[in-house]
Amino acid sequence: MQKKKLAHLFLILGVLSVFFLNPMAYGLSDAFKENIYQMGTLKPIDSVLKVKVGDRAPDFALSAVSGEKVSLSQYRGKKSVVLSFVPAAWTPVCSDQWPGYNIAKDIFDENNAILLGITVDNLPTLFAWTNQMGKLWFPVLSDFWPHGAVAKKYGVLRSNGVSERALFVIDKKGTIRYIDVHDINKRPPLEDLVNALEKLK
Amino acid sequence: MRKLLISLLAIPFLLFASASSPFAANKVPEKGEVLPTINLPIPKNPDEKGYLGLSGDGSFRIPKIKAKVVIVELFSMYCPFCQKDAPKINEMYQMIQDNPDLKNKIKLIGIGAGNSPYEVSVFKKTYSVPFPLFPDKDFIIHKAYGEVRTPYFIGVKINEDGTHQIIHTQLGDFQGAEPFLEVILKAAGLK
Repeated sequence: MQKKKLAHLFLILGVLSVFFLNPMAYGLSDAFKENIYQMGTLKPIDSVLKVKVGDRAPDFALSAVSGEKVSLSQYRGKKSVVLSFVPAAWTPVCSDQWPGYNIAKDIFDENNAILLGITVDNLPTLFAWTNQMGKLWFPVLSDFWPHGAVAKKYGVLRSNGVSERALFVIDKKGTIRYIDVHDINKRPPLEDLVNALEKLK
Repeated sequence: MRKLLISLLAIPFLLFASASSPFAANKVPEKGEVLPTINLPIPKNPDEKGYLGLSGDGSFRIPKIKAKVVIVELFSMYCPFCQKDAPKINEMYQMIQDNPDLKNKIKLIGIGAGNSPYEVSVFKKTYSVPFPLFPDKDFIIHKAYGEVRTPYFIGVKINEDGTHQIIHTQLGDFQGAEPFLEVILKAAGLK
């Protein structure tokens, strides 16, 4: 009986959650029209970090949409690096994250930082998707093959093969100084990232 | 039996939750209707306060703005079309301000859907937006407006007796300063 009651409680809570946890209307830019695939509300975080603040950031070299190969180590001694992992092209929150960074170039410049956008999508998909955002000033990298290898190295590859919505700030020496593995359903506020960058000064 | 009873008991609660929950989506406001009731903070900046014809501090409702027509833009700093349209909206603002017939009749405000105050300030600075912009960090206003996509434009006519009606709504497709203004003036009966 007790078990049954509990089951009922879960059922009711489950139904209620539809009303209370309705995903917010992200991906709300009309720029993507009807091309956004609605994901519903997902488990906020579905991976275990393999790095921590103070660690040396694992190096990688990935292909960019522009055709070049970009490695983390090429910025060592020159610029701080922000890695912005987003889960997938053509999904609500992600489509509304990088276009914001795209008008914040001066903030990255002031902090002598470069932004590297990374997803596990393949290059043609990333090309088509980022074209909807206007011209991006930062490299967009494909962590497609071996699938999600870089995301896995950092511990932000989810069980279904997409990455978390995660930000890593890496200083000029290559040390990780800030990590935000964000609730995948929400966009991280820009000010949190800017504060992290300003602390590097 | 008991199962059924518990389930039945849950129904009124569910209905109540869906109707009163601030998280439940509202319908998109339409032409001829009134605006959803939302409060915005009275700007601290004296120029913006003066522009809107407000005084004191605290909050205000859009129909309290001193104007015959208020154009509300729901935007986001993260939205590429809002970024692209920003210079054209500024141009419309300037066109209104430069016209003595329109200057005190038409006012513009922007509401940054899901944007923190900082994010709104980045947008304002990037595009030198001359009219007041308000943050809506937790999507509360955006929800009240039926979770429209951005940019979304709403023209509101404010009557002498303090009542108001929505006279125009438009998702994206900003046709340029002059044609848009034309649409608004016609809808408001100012032309």
